[in-house]
Amino acid sequence: MGQTLFDKIWDAHVVSSSEGFPDILYIDTHFIHEVTSPQAFDGLRQRGLPVFRPKQTVATADHNVPTIDQHLPIKEELSRYQVDMLTKNCKEFGVELYGLGHPYQGIVHVIGPELGITRPGGTYVCGDSHTSTHGAFGAIAFGIGTSQVEQVLATQCLLQSRPKRMKIEVNGKLQKGVGAKDIILYIIAQISAAGGTGYAVEYAGDTIRSLSMEGRMTICNMSIEMGARCGLIAPDETTINYVKGREFAPKGEEWDKAVAYWKTLYSDADASFDEVLSFKAEDIEPMITYGTNPGMGIGVTQHVPETASFEAKEQGSYKKALDYMGLHDDETLLGKPIDYVFIGSCTNSRIEDLRQVAEFVKGKHKADNVTVWVVPGSKQVQQQAIAEGLDKIFDAAGFPLREPGCSACLGMNEDKIPAGKYCVSTSNRNFEGRQGPNSRTFLASPLTAAASAITGVVTDIREFLKEEELV
Amino acid sequence: MATKIFKHIQTSVVPLPIENIDTDQIIPARFLKATTRDGFGNNLFRDWRFDENDNPKADFVLNHPTFSGKVLVAGKNFGCGSSREHAAWAISDYGFDAVVSSFFADIFKGNALNNGLLPVQVSDDFLKKIFDAVYADHKAEVEIDLESQTITISSTGEKESFEINPYKKACLINGYDDIDYILSQKGKIEEFELAR
Repeated sequence: MGQTLFDKIWDAHVVSSSEGFPDILYIDTHFIHEVTSPQAFDGLRQRGLPVFRPKQTVATADHNVPTIDQHLPIKEELSRYQVDMLTKNCKEFGVELYGLGHPYQGIVHVIGPELGITRPGGTYVCGDSHTSTHGAFGAIAFGIGTSQVEQVLATQCLLQSRPKRMKIEVNGKLQKGVGAKDIILYIIAQISAAGGTGYAVEYAGDTIRSLSMEGRMTICNMSIEMGARCGLIAPDETTINYVKGREFAPKGEEWDKAVAYWKTLYSDADASFDEVLSFKAEDIEPMITYGTNPGMGIGVTQHVPETASFEAKEQGSYKKALDYMGLHDDETLLGKPIDYVFIGSCTNSRIEDLRQVAEFVKGKHKADNVTVWVVPGSKQVQQQAIAEGLDKIFDAAGFPLREPGCSACLGMNEDKIPAGKYCVSTSNRNFEGRQGPNSRTFLASPLTAAASAITGVVTDIREFLKEEELV
Repeated sequence: MATKIFKHIQTSVVPLPIENIDTDQIIPARFLKATTRDGFGNNLFRDWRFDENDNPKADFVLNHPTFSGKVLVAGKNFGCGSSREHAAWAISDYGFDAVVSSFFADIFKGNALNNGLLPVQVSDDFLKKIFDAVYADHKAEVEIDLESQTITISSTGEKESFEINPYKKACLINGYDDIDYILSQKGKIEEFELAR
């Protein structure tokens, strides 16, 4: 019997396996940030332990940072204290920190890949659920809690039970205007926000294969939104070409050796999965969410489901979600006025996202009723965007390019969506209050967000693209 | 280091029959700025519990005059979303020792177990029975016994067993700690590193 990609990588990292115990899994790189690490460092101090492998630990500040005037001290006292605490902890324990002002600073799931730290076949954890992003390289990567952050700092290992394996295939040709974000929002809408719980999900099929590395990261990033432990995609030439030459990628002989190994990383033809799902690319429309979890998504031309279509015991929760969103049964979102557009987050803040948005908005201008924030995922993405002149295109369109950070994805820093306002957001969560107390989030792709910013209402990007072809 | 022990509890419960309760509801991100593990209970379910002027909302169960207890009972897919362990800290700090639901998100379940907060997964039917019992009598009690892995509705005697990883069960009953366990295998970790 052949092995799945997941099992090949897992087996290569098992330090010890005992009946009745979770496996002790070796972690190649541990990413940390300011929010979920301070209590873990405190734990080490109480135990009198050092960081076991500081060179395999990488830190950055992302959740709490402002996205304008980063050269000035952080205004909000508690945020500043938490970021300062990270600096102090990294210094005391000998951990490399790409903090504010560093040319490598950025959202932890953007910088790992762009620096060549994330590689095929590796194991990566971080005290952040979107660590699943790194699985796009054909790696095992998942989010952990602070007790586990302490565990990995203390031992470079994690106690973990092997999850079940699921394969999700997407085959066929995507419609114009439909991209990676729409694929993953579609899959989550099909299987629900809990549909992947307990599974490691491998994405396969020719549609997935045709995506760039950045598109694949968008897909794997949202694996956690269907509850999956992690998501991964077998490495191929696209992966290898992406990693090659990056700052911390292997070089010379080591590179050749690494590539030879990476080429063995795929699910064998006779590998068995606990669950296999298949979707057709042609069925996927530009997607948008209408509710308060990422499984509550529809094609942009579809209508909000009727309460009566749910089982009786689910109707209360459903009605609560629609009330929060200010929506009603059978409503269409197309044409609904919006207040904010947020382009950013670890889901959609990479250079390709910014290029795609810039290409679309060039020569257009945002609607008066909309405030737009474009937040690059890292300092490197920001510099690249400026080098390509994207900032000028954005400025002319009324889409100011800010500085890197998690920004309005999670209402923790200064960037918050005000109560009652609607935001079309390229981030990953539409939970109540996620973008600020009582904010209302419509999750969508960068193109849908950009088109909606131009018109001021929820918009079907395909209508724009049709018109532009006619011109 | 010893961790919090859980063996047995008999208590009234707090019902929260909402599905997909995510960790942003349990503890909103703006309250994650503390650098210690204490005090998160004050902000548990902050935006459901208090209005924008910090006044308690009368219709939320934690502000209800008669519901109380050391067990929170919630709808399916409890704890989905962010990996913030602060969610488990907040529930624990507020005074709960266990959460009962018909389905838990993975990361939350792990975080709860690492903090002596027992996640008890029951069937949809049994969950409904608990809700029915507590709405009929707000002081209705449940009994949770970790050794036998059972939960019982005290008034009716209805009982269901629940699953838990045997290692985590031993940790909760004895106060064992994951880091102590892994460090006991330190030699194997170093051998693993050398063999790569």
